[in-house]
Amino acid sequence: MTKGTSVVVAMSGGVDSSVAAALLVEQGYNVTGVMLRLWSEPGKEESNRCCTPDAMAGARRVAAKLGIPFYVLNSQDLFHNVVVQSFMDGYRNGITPNPCILCNQHIRWGFMYETARELGAEFMATGHYAQVNPKPDGSVELHRGLDPDKDQSYVMSVLPQEKLRHTLFPVGGMAKPEVREHARRFGLTVADRADSQDLCFLAGQDYRGFLARHVPEVTKPGKIVNADGRLVGEHQGLAFYTIGQRKGLGVAASRPLYVLEKTLATNELVVGDETNLGRNSLTAGGMNWIAGAAPAAPFEADVKIRYRAALAPAVVIPQSEDQISIHFKNSMRDITVGQRVVIYNGEVVLGGGTIRSSFNRFEEPA
Amino acid sequence: MKERIYLDYAATTPVDPRVVERMLPFFTGTFGNPSSVHWFGQQAEAALESARETVASALGAQADEIVFTSCGTESDNLAIRGMAFTQRERTGAQRIITTPVEHHAVLHTVEQLAELNGFKMDLLPVDQYGMVDPEDLRHALRDDVALVSIMYANNEIGTINPIAEIGKLCLQRGVPLHSDAVQAAAHLPMNVVRDQIDLLAIGAHKFYGPKGVGALAVRKNVGLHPSQTGGGQENGRRAGTQNIPYIVGLAEALKLTVDDLEARRQRYTARRDRLIAGVLGNVSGSRLTGHPTERLPNHASFAFERLDGNHLLMLLDAAGFACSSGSACKVGDPKPSSVLNAIGLSQAWTLGSLRVTLGESTTLDQIESFIEVLPSLVTKVRGAA
Repeated sequence: MTKGTSVVVAMSGGVDSSVAAALLVEQGYNVTGVMLRLWSEPGKEESNRCCTPDAMAGARRVAAKLGIPFYVLNSQDLFHNVVVQSFMDGYRNGITPNPCILCNQHIRWGFMYETARELGAEFMATGHYAQVNPKPDGSVELHRGLDPDKDQSYVMSVLPQEKLRHTLFPVGGMAKPEVREHARRFGLTVADRADSQDLCFLAGQDYRGFLARHVPEVTKPGKIVNADGRLVGEHQGLAFYTIGQRKGLGVAASRPLYVLEKTLATNELVVGDETNLGRNSLTAGGMNWIAGAAPAAPFEADVKIRYRAALAPAVVIPQSEDQISIHFKNSMRDITVGQRVVIYNGEVVLGGGTIRSSFNRFEEPA
Repeated sequence: MKERIYLDYAATTPVDPRVVERMLPFFTGTFGNPSSVHWFGQQAEAALESARETVASALGAQADEIVFTSCGTESDNLAIRGMAFTQRERTGAQRIITTPVEHHAVLHTVEQLAELNGFKMDLLPVDQYGMVDPEDLRHALRDDVALVSIMYANNEIGTINPIAEIGKLCLQRGVPLHSDAVQAAAHLPMNVVRDQIDLLAIGAHKFYGPKGVGALAVRKNVGLHPSQTGGGQENGRRAGTQNIPYIVGLAEALKLTVDDLEARRQRYTARRDRLIAGVLGNVSGSRLTGHPTERLPNHASFAFERLDGNHLLMLLDAAGFACSSGSACKVGDPKPSSVLNAIGLSQAWTLGSLRVTLGESTTLDQIESFIEVLPSLVTKVRGAA
């Protein structure tokens, strides 16, 4: 089945995707490498983390070494119109967006996936640490990457069943040292770039400067108030604060103060004690259920509310195909509207969606 | 593996096996330095001078008018830079007339002379086919013109300029004319006397010679500042030990080309015209770029409305067809073709160019299968945008 099957592999010039490509070639696939050219702020093209000239040259060298065709796909306009735009809109609407999720949904498993299919490929492959495992009925499950430090299943929870069926993660079942070992075996002298959670289009710079240039209205100073509405200080722009943040508030107080809420309408930052911070429930929408449909009844699961968050035990209550409520066993400090919530059953990703609100159980959701 | 069909002969050509055969003895056997006094050197010198005569006769020039260089781009650089400085010393003139559709080897050289050396760059207008009107040149030829540089035939859209008329005008005003003939020399009979061209640049790899070697024909009465100084080779106009095997290869390839020019022209023209008719007839929102008849015999170029030309090139490559585009770009950041801008195409068209250039191995069957595949790929690309 694999012999001669066409695969398009997304190459970044880094070790994971280079080894992914090399393994596919070794397994007898007919491999084509592609790289996305994403949007950069004018003048910062040299430092976009995803597609610097160096990274491109690196990917091209690997492709040449493997003897596979390689193309760069121009998705600058699409990336700007979808990912960057929603990043800016998110801040405009007072939520903390997750551009990488949108990029995977609309650019990688959108534009690039469609292009791979146009090129006649049966599969698109990437160097992500996640696993697609077939089930006897022909459908597939999404599993966590084998290496717990590298697991990227949180981000991949955005992929629908149909696209997962045409997706390969050649290094998803490996630990990082094993991947490095393969790189040595293949003679791939690729730079093992430091992992970064910075957004590629910020070009290694702080997101604050980007927002000041592109969404100046969310960088307007305003009042910092406590839960009673009493003025306790001045903030530098709501976009610069995250829920649960303690440091950098610039407010003198006898006890540590934490960001509890951002009130967009009045441009106010609400702060309070640590005891006011926790929420034990959330609602989420835009659910993607990997199996293709929402479970019929409430169930217990492990839940992640950020990429790097620990799994937290909770009860998940499907409200509709699209909507869920989640009640956590323990209070969570930093449930953030706009971030992705992902539901796990052990190693298996059941689905994920976008956090719409947080509240304390026995209250009505906002 | 499916058949791969090469339709990018304007980018480069394979080396003719007969040319390779002629080159081989000069790597190991006859390896001498042509500047040396001894027998080894004399043998190399004999090969060099024989090549010089061959090239001169192919271009209608004298042997001592031929300078060997490393490529067409170097020939353009040597001609423009060398002549600009000579002319300014001689007459004080510092205006350089050229066109907006020149190869970058010309445009960027003139731009640098303007930016760093105080020369003035004058761009002549071109018509909707990218052709220069000699009348425009006549008006532009004032007393302060140091040099005119107008390409013989355009690499991107194939249009052939009325170079003999241009040459006559330059001769009348006593202004030296440089012409980039890198594309033209592969397909048209060159004659620097007939066309009154003072500086004619060619590169071997466009006519089945090796990459890395070119030549410049420099009319005898024209002085030229060397752009590369050293041991005084090439009559002091281009220093550096001559690359004998490659120069021999260039001469042999040019001779074979000239001998076969008319037969090739007929063969290519029929296939090219079938290609053009097939593409224009089968792809909606398509147009020919460049002149319909005054164009290189192997050259077909198109613009497609609302289309990412690079994306099309990728799909064509995956389908087994190697072509090119005016906005071709390997880093995913295509810029609208400046040539298509210059001939007045709107933004809806300037990113969607395609160049298909035919060569010795191109068959009518290949053209037919290209015409068959292209429309569905164009539809795919337009759908992806």
